[in-house]
Amino acid sequence: MENSTAVVKMRNITKRFGPVLANDRVWLDIYKGEILALLGENGSGKTTLMNMLSGIYFPDEGQIFINEEEAVIRSPKDAFRYGIGMIHQHFKLVDVLTAAENIVLGLKEPGRLDMDKVAEKVKRICDAYGFDVDPYQKIYNMSVSQKQTVEIVKVLYRGADILILDEPTAVLTPQETEKLFAVLRNMRDDGKAIVIITHKMHEVEELSDRVAILRHGQFVGDMLTKMTNAQEMTNMMVGRPVTLNIERPDPVNPKPRIEVEGLTVRDPEGTVKLDNVSFTACSGEILGIAGISGCGQKELLEAIAGLQPAEKGSIRYVTDDGVREELIGKDPLSIADMGVCLSFVPEDRLGMGLVGSMDLTDNMMLRSFRRGRSFFTDRKNPRVLAEKVVKDLEVNTPGVSTPVRRLSGGNVQKVLVGREISSAPSVLLTAYAVRGLDINSSYTIYDLINQQKKSGVAVIFVGEDLDVLLELCDRILVLCGGKVSGIVEGRGASKPEVGMMMTRLGGKTNG
Amino acid sequence: MANKSGRSVLHISKRGALPWYAAWAIRGAAIVLALIVSGVFTAALTGLNPLGVYAAMIQGAFGTERKVWILGQNLAILLCVSLAVTPAFKMRFWNVGGEGQILIGGLATAACMILLGDKIPNWLLIIVMVVSSVLAGAIWGGIPAICKARWNTNETLFTLMMNYVATQLVAFMVIVWEVPKGAGKIGIINQNTEAGWLPQIGSYKYLLNILVVAALTVVMYFYLTRSKQGYEISVVGESERTARYVGIKVGKVIVRTMMISGGLCGLAGLLLVGGTDHTITTTIAGGRGFTAVMVAWLAKFNPFTMVFTSFLLVFLSRGASEITTIYGLNHSFGDILTGIILFFIIGSEFFINYRLSFLKNTGKGE
Repeated sequence: MENSTAVVKMRNITKRFGPVLANDRVWLDIYKGEILALLGENGSGKTTLMNMLSGIYFPDEGQIFINEEEAVIRSPKDAFRYGIGMIHQHFKLVDVLTAAENIVLGLKEPGRLDMDKVAEKVKRICDAYGFDVDPYQKIYNMSVSQKQTVEIVKVLYRGADILILDEPTAVLTPQETEKLFAVLRNMRDDGKAIVIITHKMHEVEELSDRVAILRHGQFVGDMLTKMTNAQEMTNMMVGRPVTLNIERPDPVNPKPRIEVEGLTVRDPEGTVKLDNVSFTACSGEILGIAGISGCGQKELLEAIAGLQPAEKGSIRYVTDDGVREELIGKDPLSIADMGVCLSFVPEDRLGMGLVGSMDLTDNMMLRSFRRGRSFFTDRKNPRVLAEKVVKDLEVNTPGVSTPVRRLSGGNVQKVLVGREISSAPSVLLTAYAVRGLDINSSYTIYDLINQQKKSGVAVIFVGEDLDVLLELCDRILVLCGGKVSGIVEGRGASKPEVGMMMTRLGGKTNG
Repeated sequence: MANKSGRSVLHISKRGALPWYAAWAIRGAAIVLALIVSGVFTAALTGLNPLGVYAAMIQGAFGTERKVWILGQNLAILLCVSLAVTPAFKMRFWNVGGEGQILIGGLATAACMILLGDKIPNWLLIIVMVVSSVLAGAIWGGIPAICKARWNTNETLFTLMMNYVATQLVAFMVIVWEVPKGAGKIGIINQNTEAGWLPQIGSYKYLLNILVVAALTVVMYFYLTRSKQGYEISVVGESERTARYVGIKVGKVIVRTMMISGGLCGLAGLLLVGGTDHTITTTIAGGRGFTAVMVAWLAKFNPFTMVFTSFLLVFLSRGASEITTIYGLNHSFGDILTGIILFFIIGSEFFINYRLSFLKNTGKGE
């Protein structure tokens, strides 16, 4: 690596958001023909730093050199001129247009637009790196991974030599991730510089050549991946030694708590989202739900929580005395009135679980504000609860009067989980509880979930990281296109086996 | 493309929370700037001394005791309507139907006065007027809300259309009740008996209205910030999905809130017809249903701040009509000045939320 040249040099980059110092005099070099993994906890400034490279933010101080020349990058357009392209977590594609149309969108090339020529060039790029894209396919017909491929090709089409990918594997299956990694390696061998932001340590070890670590907005260090290991990287990120084992205590006296039978759910457009789903979740165990995103996980949890009308089937809550009560047809309020204490950590934290503009105290009372006969709300107890959650879960916030929108992702999640478990639930539903969270916060959340399990709560854990599901859950239910592909024991299940079940019902290959 | 260093870049960034005095200093500066620009404008267009014009504006608002009372009355009614639309807007329900809700409340009041005047005791009549005006406004606001809750209709268009229906209804009833026949207007209702006229406190004609609205301001503040219903309104306004997630019945909250909003607009209609005008015309609301939207947004839905923002708008409008009479100017000129001043005040909010800076790339190399 020493003999290759740094295409990007960031020097003394500082960026403030109001009083928050997001990047503090960061130095970073990016080399040609290398995959750099940028690591750091939530709020450590990784995305901010990369956004300054791709023209979304402008640094308050410091300089950026591209190929030894100082660059002023004020917009994504400027960034493209320097050959920098960023693939964001959320895709920016027009659904009704084809892949090729999306790729040329916004480009002002002289002369008439010839879609066939564009398609040809797209094909050339795809062939060079091993992408699989049909230029004439419409975006709405594409899977998440295909959309991501279009985003990458879009950036390459514009001539990018420096690619930045922000958590690209969060939405992919293990097989798709493998494919993406193969493509990224091809691009590296072709001399491109690639930066990948990720929280998954095994991906870092598998893919990257070098790692750079940020902590609290400051550059902590960089090293060759082969010279380090997950433990060392994590310690550098967090700033102190951390244990990296997810514990899995044996379930104590599991009894059926939620029985789902023949559940079928359609979305408002009439598409079947869940098809004849049956399973039982027991107290004192963690039932994992695996599946490609959008395979009915969201609908399943919402149906149990009373937020999703079901077409057929039943969801029964089993009380400690063995009495069964039907939950279908009830809204969250009437479920709570039945004495069923159901906690739900939804996928969309700020759009569903919390109110972004309200402070911690007001968010704590979302569930409980109706309590008491008074016409007025009680803010004393929620305040006490908010202070307790901040203290117990080490939420990093200026105070309980801060709007939750101002907190970083991990802290928002801690507030939400803290509120949901504060009510001593008997069932805990979590959707992507650690999405976008750094290692340290993730382990805090796993610990909290395990504590709930130990106290006899039936936990349903929808996850996307198979490694975590396999380490944490007692049983794993695999969904594939809204159907149950199978239920496996968490102890002893293998990753390829579950991966196959995610893509094909029952997980059997057709030869 | 020049990408040389040493060139400055205009840079907009969001501020953290600003201390209140700094925010007010920015607003104060905006008003001073607005006065300077308006002054230049006045001198250039009319050749008048701007200071004289400003003095006339103040004179128009506060010049005599009577003018102060009129200012107070206008402020009270505008504030009442602003308070009325606030819960709806806090819920992100675009109630631009304040105009129609005022009219229909006024119409209900007038109907009671005309049909029941002298037939039932006056105290009972006034109670009936209060109930029917509030109810009429609540129904007028409730209809779009029910349709929104049921079929997700567009509330902006719906409430706007309800304004036209209300105006035509009033126009129709004015002809039915016109005095004398063929006059095309109702004139003062119950002029001899004063039946249904809201009681006057001492010799102050407008004091009752002002006191009612002052009480309403306090009540609304606590309703919005302390009550469970107010909390529900905030949650629904911020995110309907969150509201459903915690078991709030969104449709119910929408209808309830809009009935409160419409009902209070109806109350404003009562104060206008029963309290001061004692007659009804199609223009009695005077655009307050729309001005109130601005008052509420400018005050960021804080009822106490609304006292100041509605004062500002009433002051500007009273001042503007004074200078048109004194200097014989076209009425549009007053509106131009009002526009300039509002532009600066609203624009100053940008500088309170964002910081502008010119960054220089030092270009010193490594």
